Amino acid sequence: MSLFSKFDGLRAAHAKLTAAGADPFSVVFEDIVSATEGILHGQRTVLLGTNNYLGLTFDEAGKQASMEAVARHGTGTTGSRIANGSYDGHARLEAELAAFFGRRHGMVFSTGYQANLGILSTLAGKHDHLVIDSDSHASIYDGARLGHAPVVRFRHNDPKDLEKRLARLADEPGEKIIVVEGIYSMLGDSAPLAEICELKRRYGAYLIVDEAHSMGVLGENGRGLAEELGVENDVDFVIGTFSKSLGSVGGFCVSSLEGFETLRIACRPYMFTASLPPAIIASTSRALTIVGEQPELRARLRGNAERLYHGLSAAGFVVGPECSPIVSVIIRDVDKAVAFWNMLLERGLYVNLALPPATPSAAAFLRGSVSASHSEEQIAFAVDVMSEVGRELGLLPSKVTELSARRRDAKDAKEPARPRAAGAGAATA
Amino acid sequence: MEDVSRDISGEIISVLESVIDKPLDATSEKDLVSDLGMDSIALMNFSMALEDHFDVSIPLDRMAEVETLGDLSDTIENLLRKGK
Repeated sequence: MSLFSKFDGLRAAHAKLTAAGADPFSVVFEDIVSATEGILHGQRTVLLGTNNYLGLTFDEAGKQASMEAVARHGTGTTGSRIANGSYDGHARLEAELAAFFGRRHGMVFSTGYQANLGILSTLAGKHDHLVIDSDSHASIYDGARLGHAPVVRFRHNDPKDLEKRLARLADEPGEKIIVVEGIYSMLGDSAPLAEICELKRRYGAYLIVDEAHSMGVLGENGRGLAEELGVENDVDFVIGTFSKSLGSVGGFCVSSLEGFETLRIACRPYMFTASLPPAIIASTSRALTIVGEQPELRARLRGNAERLYHGLSAAGFVVGPECSPIVSVIIRDVDKAVAFWNMLLERGLYVNLALPPATPSAAAFLRGSVSASHSEEQIAFAVDVMSEVGRELGLLPSKVTELSARRRDAKDAKEPARPRAAGAGAATA
Repeated sequence: MEDVSRDISGEIISVLESVIDKPLDATSEKDLVSDLGMDSIALMNFSMALEDHFDVSIPLDRMAEVETLGDLSDTIENLLRKGK
């Protein structure tokens, strides 16, 4: 027995993974040359797994704003906002975020993870109740666990199951706080938010929506799923991140509820960590303006997402339940998924390898995330190379005739038919 | 009034058998992970099936303390008693 022997199982699983090829936990790019390309082992590699939805990491104005901020205010804040004081940029960005979402208050955190950690653990007290979706991101689970409130989870995207949980809590004292995500990070499916809002009203609960993957992506103005579905008034707190559509790092929470500002002196993951450096604040502020002013980026993103989703689906892959910028191919055989991921990397395509228990089932996912900056050629390349590897690994039929035969069988067996024709890899939106 | 003398352990085992779809040689000392081989996904499915069966929500911190079938039975019995 040693201090680390509790990790023996984990270590064995990791060793098996690295023995099969590259280590998905330790990919080191020699260079990142654009929002959609990096250099790995000397090879240009298309980045299809970096959540860079609007491609703003290389926005010229954003880079310029960052460089000016470094020149004027230095490289870092060297401490927390409580100890060292806020910079003007922190307060301004909070006001900009609140205005963007049409809320009274905004708070900036040093990462998106800390935003969930802070808000969930602080809002829900010992006598309150957190009700979270079972497919929630780790930061939601960890934030729930850090606080003192009992936490129950409901079946993923299942309003009926949520209602059962709320009904069981109806006579319990304390506030009930529901936590859901706009778009879920593993399969790219979105929450049935209108139904959840209806339940929230009926049971007098509060609602937190984490729009990490949907901000900048959904809604006419990019405010996320709640805007898209017209239910923003029912959402009490919006949590989000700067490290996806906004192209930097950091997190935030906005709300119109009175009393929100008290969180600044109660929320430990806000109070006891170093604040974001000026360069980050400057580029994030610039990116937020772009999200509002350039809806064409969202249109381009949607087009790319549709091309990838329908392209992979037409090739015969099992993909997630709905088209979003997160496009996951579901592979039941975990070993084949690992081989698949390695082969894609060798051929210049980087996606995320998601393995159980990070996935919500026993299957593995090859998770792609699309950017508005991907060219049509890059998306076509991704569909082609994934189809090629899929055929080589026997996950897809090797010939068109075989696919037809399989389809006929599937139809006979009354299984849902696979969408679209074989070879329609370049399916357009 | 809930009859807390009901055979909660027996009911848990029958829910477990329906989740894993086979009969089980289960006693209250059996450890869910090391003896019954449940991983985190199986445990989640199992706990949700139990929640449906007993019409309770088991808070995550309570579930985290559960190691054996006996612990699970005690936890559910407490929740049933508290709720009635």
